[in-house]
Amino acid sequence: MSAPLLSAHGLSKAYGNRLACAGIDLDVTEGEVLAIVGESGSGKSTLLSLLAGELAPDSGHVRYRMRDGQTQDLADLGPAELRRLMRTDWGFVRQDARQGLRMAVSAGGNVGERLMGMGERHYGRIRGQALDWLGRVEIEAGRVDDPPSQFSGGMRQRLQIARNLVTGPRLVLMDEPTSGLDVSVQARLLDLIRRLSAELGLAVIIVTHDLAVARLLSHRIAVMRAGRVIETGLTDQVLDDPEHAYTQLLVSSVLAA
Amino acid sequence: MSATGIPERVGHLPPRKGEEGSSEAGYNFAYLDEGTKRMIRRAILKAIAVPGYQVPFASREMPMPYGWGTGGVQVTAAILGRADVLKVIDQGADDTTNAVSIRRFFARTSGVATTTRTTEATIIQTRHRIPETPLSEGQTLVYQVPIPEPLRFLEPRETETRQLHALAEYGAMHVKLYEDISRHGHIATTYAYPVEVAGRYVMDPSPTPKFDNPKMDDCPALQLFGAGRERRIYAVPPYTRVRSLDFEDHPFRVQEFTAPCALCGARGHYLDEVVTDDSGGRMYVCSDTDICETRVAEATR
Repeated sequence: MSAPLLSAHGLSKAYGNRLACAGIDLDVTEGEVLAIVGESGSGKSTLLSLLAGELAPDSGHVRYRMRDGQTQDLADLGPAELRRLMRTDWGFVRQDARQGLRMAVSAGGNVGERLMGMGERHYGRIRGQALDWLGRVEIEAGRVDDPPSQFSGGMRQRLQIARNLVTGPRLVLMDEPTSGLDVSVQARLLDLIRRLSAELGLAVIIVTHDLAVARLLSHRIAVMRAGRVIETGLTDQVLDDPEHAYTQLLVSSVLAA
Repeated sequence: MSATGIPERVGHLPPRKGEEGSSEAGYNFAYLDEGTKRMIRRAILKAIAVPGYQVPFASREMPMPYGWGTGGVQVTAAILGRADVLKVIDQGADDTTNAVSIRRFFARTSGVATTTRTTEATIIQTRHRIPETPLSEGQTLVYQVPIPEPLRFLEPRETETRQLHALAEYGAMHVKLYEDISRHGHIATTYAYPVEVAGRYVMDPSPTPKFDNPKMDDCPALQLFGAGRERRIYAVPPYTRVRSLDFEDHPFRVQEFTAPCALCGARGHYLDEVVTDDSGGRMYVCSDTDICETRVAEATR
């Protein structure tokens, strides 16, 4: 087994004296989908922000294997390098599409922005790639010049995915990408994420409170409660045979359809 | 600026009544007090040292509303010397309200000579245009700027735009041009067209027409930009590379006019449309009134 793509050791973050994350260790390898589950307020989103370098941890490290094979501590990267990493090698799909998209800019412009940020200066090629990616996330080519403010919730999330994947990232972070969508739209989006991550060999860290989403997408799962990872393992193992009492409670709380 | 570059009077002494060169008693030379002028000069020097970078400055209330050129007026007041000859244009014209009132303002508060001739002026304050007559060394062009931040269209947060400038992260700037092409088939931005200065900072030459962008490149004159409401000063030193942003397959192009100027017959000048009657009659004339009048006078001589 190769070295992990991203590994976190002893990540802790407190807001005042309220502990959001305490001593979290986790690894993600290439092509692996890791789900972080837990109830609201368990520190999932804080953990994702720590991993993305958006928040500075109080203690602990996040290390990432760069494209050149060197493993670097994110804290050692300057802001310019960190931002370049974020917009080339990483993606971040937000829960609220308005935070992840430019709502006043056309769909094509949204997808093309990262390419232009990397120095692409050929309009025809940018547009070609934008159309290609809209097709891959099942948005009709005719909508390429419409702004996402005219899109439905599911389309906005798919557009976010296209915008993030256009630069061929190796790691994508997702924060509750399916919440607030109705079930049929959710199913289609989950299918898409599963297909793309398998096709492209993406490493994905997905935060969700929905165990069904975790079961469908992820290979491994980490269960969080009150800022700690209390159980981690293969997804079906954890969900079918939970060890920790809290995980048992979570699993048994799911309503059977 | 005076020939030596040294301000005429240093220190904070109140002006003497009826002082020579100042025709308006009770006001300091060129209206602003010396302390304020020094503050503005420091901002200008920093702006010249870092071409295209927006330097914050403590913009003052001026006796005219924001949007009428308070930034340009403060820059002009700070660099004006007694030997200077001032020209003020608004949309290229010397005879419109804004130009006339600013020219009179400085004539009254500083007593410096004013002119409408581009070649005679040492300082030219402008609202939109760069004169058609090529500028020369020793001249200073002062722009009145309403919105100095080129990234404002895409990023409303000032903290974020500063970060983007600091990291030279200008991908978003091309998104605006992309949107233009996808909507209109060509880059439809005709004024405030973003430029890259000296290979580093992206700058808004607002609100000059993009027709004048090529004149900013490698210009022998000093170009200073003042935004009064937004409290920013930026500069393009003489002989600095100013490149208009574009795409490889949609290169930067200036506006073209099919007909020559109806008054002086010039081609290759920026033209204004003038409505001449109520039945749809119109003519196209040079927006630069000085060169147009000069050419008409030469032709009739």
